[in-house]
Amino acid sequence: MTFIRHPKDFWAGILFIAFGSAAVGIAFSYPVGTAGRMGPGYFPRGLGMIMIALGAFLALRAMRVDGQRIEFPSFKPLVVVLGAVVAFGAAAPKLGLMVATVVLILISSAASHEFRWKESIISSLFLAAFTLVAFVYGLKLQLPTWPWFIS
Amino acid sequence: MELLANLGTGFAVALTFQNLLYCFGGVVLGTLIGVLPGIGPVPTIAMLLPITYALPPVSALIMLAGIYYGAQYGGSTTAILVNLPGESSSVVTCLDGYQMARQGRAGKALATAALASFIAGTFATLVVAAFAPPLAEVALKFGPAEYFSLMVLGLIAAVVLASGSLIKAIGMIVLGLLLGIVGTDVNSGLQRYSFGIAELSDGIGFVSVAMGLFGFAEIIVNLERTDKREVFTDKVSGLMLKWSEFKEALPAILRGTGVGSALGILPGGGAMLSAFASYTIEKKIAKDPSRFGKGAIEGVAGPEAANNAGAQTSFIPLLTLGIPPNAVMALMVGAMTIHSIQPGPQVMTSNPQLFWGLIVSMWIGNVMLVILNLPMIGIWVKLLQVPYRLLYPAILLFCCIGVYSINNNVFDVFITALFGVLGWLFVKLECEPAPLLLGFILGPMMEENLRRALLLSRGDPTVFVTRPISGVMLGMAAILLLIVVAPSMRKKRDEAFLET
Repeated sequence: MTFIRHPKDFWAGILFIAFGSAAVGIAFSYPVGTAGRMGPGYFPRGLGMIMIALGAFLALRAMRVDGQRIEFPSFKPLVVVLGAVVAFGAAAPKLGLMVATVVLILISSAASHEFRWKESIISSLFLAAFTLVAFVYGLKLQLPTWPWFIS
Repeated sequence: MELLANLGTGFAVALTFQNLLYCFGGVVLGTLIGVLPGIGPVPTIAMLLPITYALPPVSALIMLAGIYYGAQYGGSTTAILVNLPGESSSVVTCLDGYQMARQGRAGKALATAALASFIAGTFATLVVAAFAPPLAEVALKFGPAEYFSLMVLGLIAAVVLASGSLIKAIGMIVLGLLLGIVGTDVNSGLQRYSFGIAELSDGIGFVSVAMGLFGFAEIIVNLERTDKREVFTDKVSGLMLKWSEFKEALPAILRGTGVGSALGILPGGGAMLSAFASYTIEKKIAKDPSRFGKGAIEGVAGPEAANNAGAQTSFIPLLTLGIPPNAVMALMVGAMTIHSIQPGPQVMTSNPQLFWGLIVSMWIGNVMLVILNLPMIGIWVKLLQVPYRLLYPAILLFCCIGVYSINNNVFDVFITALFGVLGWLFVKLECEPAPLLLGFILGPMMEENLRRALLLSRGDPTVFVTRPISGVMLGMAAILLLIVVAPSMRKKRDEAFLET
């Protein structure tokens, strides 16, 4: 799109407008009250409108001022790292910390361009042992440690 | 000699075996995590915060303060040896520290940093002890209108003094304020922005926000880069400074201490701004400015002193006004709230043990840093030799376990991942996440004070201007904004940040 001359500012503006609109839109169902007796909708609605104004200013200015492009060298780290975190969250309650640790380390290691299978397996087992000693025995965290069918 | 009596109270608390141990533990753990490349004080504190939940409040805060200094010092070590700043305040240390390391003077750079931190820390502790009580007394007279205006001033000052786009920074604050609203409204009991999710009725956890925006996003962005980094770890020897080097460094340390102590008190100041300012000053007054960027010892000594002094004095607004001036202090507010301490002017009178114990432990923490880090430097260096591909999964793991253990609920882990996406997006769009965290912590306080102020004035908004203290603070905020928006000043501000 050629009218966007400053992509970073433009999309930041759009993001602000989106958050602001959502805030105002949802706050419509909250009672506003008056300035002297503020309802729960008063403050968020005001903030949302400020957000929209700031976003609009940014986006419009981005059509007049030049700026650098947004660099996206690779989406792999984003997807893999956060995917690993979500997998940890999914595994932890039922399968326990030990399994979740191994899952997290194995998946997240793949995000690096220097990924090596064997190394990651060893490191995942080592860190699981560390977690057991430091967090379960040492800090006595009350979290499920082993899979539900063992403990 | 009330000051001495108060410091005596503090020493009595801080010198108990238990608290010394927690201070020591905090400093070691903070350095250990802080030394990891790309991990600054904010994610370090967020990661280690759950460890302190079970401790008594005083010990928890002492340990957290230790973690903070440790992380800061660990960050300097990484900056000098790997040229990878963990956080913005170490960026400056990279400039000359890394060059010193390349010339085989890594040991000297590290020793200078330790010495500078210690001298600055000692002085700044005295500043905190001397200035906090009178400020707290003033703050006790504040009503809701004053508090609201103070928060506005603090937030505006925080964005004005930071680098980057002003509009974006203000937008990030407002977004933070909005995120802070999520949860149950204290006045009406209404659930706001919680989408019927039970976990959100208590609001979004600030550890999740901090960890996602600062920790996860940083790891992801680091992984997108594929360039190799040079690590200078085999040449770390010769820690002792020569007398001539000491004479070069000392004036810079003293100047840095002064600059840092003053700037740390300002909202938005703290470690980063202090380090930048000190470097600029050192370069300006040097006889031969061309040495800077090529391993000038003043370029390490000044900023290191400044960032440590600033780190310390940024506790003043937190302890006296209850207002966090930067992202690290915002985390401290969260930590205090967990131990049901409402930060503000009343802490000093209602809980003098905590107040003075914390202040004295700041100094003890600095002593420990010096004693600890110089002999243990070999261990930190070993840690830096571990390749990043093995380090970051471990960092992720500690973040995940930390977040998970807060409420024993994986919902927090998922929320953190969500903030990781947001943080990554912010990096791409060049939006600084620190103002968001400030807004997030201040959101509920700001709404409450706005509501109360307008309730007392029966809805008349002029109350913020007609009450003198409040009016002056709003006026200052307006002037600050105008100064930055004025074209001539804007150019100067950009130059000041570019120069370093």
